[in-house]
Amino acid sequence: MMNKHEHLLEIQKVQFALVDLNLFLDTHPESEGAKKDFAALSSELKRLIWDYEKKYGPLTNFGSAYFQNPDAWINSPWPWENEKGGKR
Amino acid sequence: MWYYVKTLQHPVNLKSTDLRMAKLLITQYGGPDGELSAALRYLNQRYSMPTNKSKALLTDIGTEEMAHVEIIATMVHQIMENASIDEIKKAGLDGHYADHGKALFYTDATGNPWTATYIQAKGDIIADLHEDMNAEQKARVTYEWLMNLTDDAQIKEILGFLREREVVHYQRFGEALMDVQDNTKARDFDIL
Repeated sequence: MMNKHEHLLEIQKVQFALVDLNLFLDTHPESEGAKKDFAALSSELKRLIWDYEKKYGPLTNFGSAYFQNPDAWINSPWPWENEKGGKR
Repeated sequence: MWYYVKTLQHPVNLKSTDLRMAKLLITQYGGPDGELSAALRYLNQRYSMPTNKSKALLTDIGTEEMAHVEIIATMVHQIMENASIDEIKKAGLDGHYADHGKALFYTDATGNPWTATYIQAKGDIIADLHEDMNAEQKARVTYEWLMNLTDDAQIKEILGFLREREVVHYQRFGEALMDVQDNTKARDFDIL
C-alpha cells in the first residue's frame, strides 16, 4: 500500500514517461512500440490518478478531475511548497 | 485551452537557504535562454507552422516548458523563502528585495527584466525550427554553467534533469526539420 507521497511520486513518474513518449510520437507517429507503451502507460496513469483523487482530492482544475472536491483543491499542498511546510 | 495539474514535472524539495544560487537560477526563469523564453517562443510560433507534426511538437514542447518554468520558480522560492534580511543584504539581493520582497520576478542573473526581444517568430518553418534548436542548445549550456556553480547535490540533480530535456527537445525539433526537408517542397508553403 502506497502512502500519499509514494502515490504522487508514482503519478509523476508515469506522467513524465508520457510527456517524453508524446514528444517522440509527435515526430514518429508510426512507431508501433511507442504507441503500445503510450496506450499502456496512459491507462496506468488514469488508474493512478483515479485512486489518488478519490482519496486526496483533485489534481486538476475546471472540472477535469475524476473527483470534484473544491475544499481539497484549495487546501491540499501546492507543488511549490516544501513537503514539511518549511514556513517561518 | 489549458488545464493546470497540481504536480511538479520533477520533484523539488530544497530545505536550505541558498541565496547565491537563487540569484543565479533566476536566469532560467526570466533570462534570455530561460524557460519562460522557451515556452513563449514555441507557443507563439505554432500558429504559422505549416506541418501538422510541427504544430503538435511546438504545442507539446511549449506546454512542457511551462512545467519547467514552474520547477525553476519552485527552486528559487524554496531557497529564498526562509532568508533573513541580513542574509538578503549579504547576498546582494537587497535590490531585488526593495522591488519584489521575496516574490519571484522574471529577470536574468544580473536583474535585467525579461524582454520579448529574447525571442523571435519569423513565420518560416526552416528559420523558426533552427531558432528553436539553437535555443535548446543555449539552454543546455546555461544548465551546465549553473551546475558548475554549485556543489549542492539536490540542486545539481534537478538541473541535470532539465539539461537532459533540452537535449531531447533539440532532437525532436531536428526530426521535425528533417521531416520538412524530406517531405515537402517550397510551393507547399506559398513561398515564391
